Amino acid sequence: MLRRILFWLALALVIFYFAFPLYWIVISSFKTIADVTRATPAMLPFVDFQQTLANYSSILLGTNIESETGVQAAASLGEFRERLLNSVIISGISTALAVGMGTLAAYAFSRFRIPGEGDLLFFILSTRMLPPVVVLIPIFLFFSNLGLRDSYLGLIILYTSANVPFVVWMMKGFFDEIPLEYEEAAMVDGYSRIEAVWKIVIPEAIPAMAATAVFSAIVAWNEFVLSNLLNRNYASTVPPYLNSIVGVGQVEWGRLAAAAVLFVIPIIVFTFLVRNHLLRGVTFGAVRR
Amino acid sequence: MTNLSSAPRTQTPRMRPRFGWFSDRWIAVSFLTPTMLLLLFMTVFPLIWSLYLSFTEWSVARNTREAPVWVGTQNYVDLLTNERTWERFVVTGQFVVPAVVIELVLGFAVAMLLNRKFAGRGALMTGLLIPMMLSPVVVALFWRFMMQGDGVLNYYIEAVLGVPPVQWLTGRSVALWSLVLVDVWMWTPFMMLISLAGLSAVPKYLYEAAAVYRASAWFRFRHITLPMVTPLLLIAIIFRMMDAYKLFDQAFVLFGLGGGPGRSAQTAALYIYQVAFDQFNTGEGSALGYIMLVVIIALANIFIRVLNQAKTGQ
Repeated sequence: MLRRILFWLALALVIFYFAFPLYWIVISSFKTIADVTRATPAMLPFVDFQQTLANYSSILLGTNIESETGVQAAASLGEFRERLLNSVIISGISTALAVGMGTLAAYAFSRFRIPGEGDLLFFILSTRMLPPVVVLIPIFLFFSNLGLRDSYLGLIILYTSANVPFVVWMMKGFFDEIPLEYEEAAMVDGYSRIEAVWKIVIPEAIPAMAATAVFSAIVAWNEFVLSNLLNRNYASTVPPYLNSIVGVGQVEWGRLAAAAVLFVIPIIVFTFLVRNHLLRGVTFGAVRR
Repeated sequence: MTNLSSAPRTQTPRMRPRFGWFSDRWIAVSFLTPTMLLLLFMTVFPLIWSLYLSFTEWSVARNTREAPVWVGTQNYVDLLTNERTWERFVVTGQFVVPAVVIELVLGFAVAMLLNRKFAGRGALMTGLLIPMMLSPVVVALFWRFMMQGDGVLNYYIEAVLGVPPVQWLTGRSVALWSLVLVDVWMWTPFMMLISLAGLSAVPKYLYEAAAVYRASAWFRFRHITLPMVTPLLLIAIIFRMMDAYKLFDQAFVLFGLGGGPGRSAQTAALYIYQVAFDQFNTGEGSALGYIMLVVIIALANIFIRVLNQAKTGQ
């Protein structure tokens, strides 16, 4: 009996530690300007504070927020929508490219004898282990010269190359698990290898590709340094934008919280979708169980 | 062996397959080329370029028109003889080691807790994994909000514990620990996930055998659980150390490039960024980047050697 109580007590502590910051973000996003910075923290909606949707409508529709100190300007928070759209476009396209290219390379690594295969695979892995700061300087110069700074194309190329190593390793692991006999049977039946890949192997690998794509998309979605450094305005994504609102004067935590919640919801949905592949995803396919 | 009849059914095959002229060799080459070219272009080429720049005196902001001036190993000599460079690596170590150790212990403990059947386990697991999927910027922003002088953390510390408020972000001796706290919140789930994979793979019969001999709980843990889980944990530690070593986003959001009060939380990654993109000392920044790279390669090699020894030792 005591053991059970201890177990649930420990579990409650763990849940509290991990859940509290998330709970705090969410309730802050429903608070008025006065409530969000109140000295005595307001914890329960309906009880401690009157919840409002003003932060969300301000961010999404650009409406003004009323407060006791007069009408607060909606500022430039209409920008959030543009940033969100940029994030969607850039992470969407770069993920599609990374998964496409990486899957092909992974297939080749899985099925063909390639001279220096081990070294090539290690090279691909090592590019991901590299501290990004090291390659940042040349890329900065290079993008400045080619006019790729502050462009969709620039970030798409960067995020694609950041995710390709991951896709190659993940997909190679998955392909290794698809029996060779599948293609061989098809080829005995008269298919060429290209046809066998397209009609037999790829359909088998679709769930794995989807999981891989979700991980890649999350990486691109969350990326901050490159986007912050290379973009001024036009192609800037959400993370640098969120950070920049904090930098200027008094922080409006309520609206920031609302923006953060909107930005984070897709990730939570995605995490739920790939929950069975998480172990593989976070270890580059090194751990499979 | 897989049974051939289990292969997915194909449509009626044609006599002459399409794309039959694509030999396997050709397919291998054309499948690999795009990926290899991209990586060559985006990593190898920049690496060579920054190696060259690290031997020059040049600034991308001040003298764009002029060519970089070759100064030999001057940048490296200056950096390695400068105490401040070493301080940055010490600060990085002071962050990485506690963060990874706490994550390991806490993650393993939570995994032991969750390694049994109870109602709602699946949902709870997924929920606990959310922190590591979130954007580091969002995570750090919200911890910053909570850690402010008059923030929610200090309120409860004062009201419930009756202790004076903690200067999470502005205290010289506290700042780096605040960064550790944020990192622990975000990455303990990673350690938990891997520990749990290790724990669930320990064969049940080992525990049954131990029960027959009435082995103590500590004995079971020390001689069955731990040895079985260690290899996986070592992989997890390598991953976490590498990531923590190059961590930038959270530190930047919490403290800015300067690294908080008296640079007490300025890690190597923050410092390089400051030299290269704030002071725009491009040559020096490149050299620092290379020093950072060499350090991580050396550490990773040592660690992998230890890992292999641990594996063969058992």
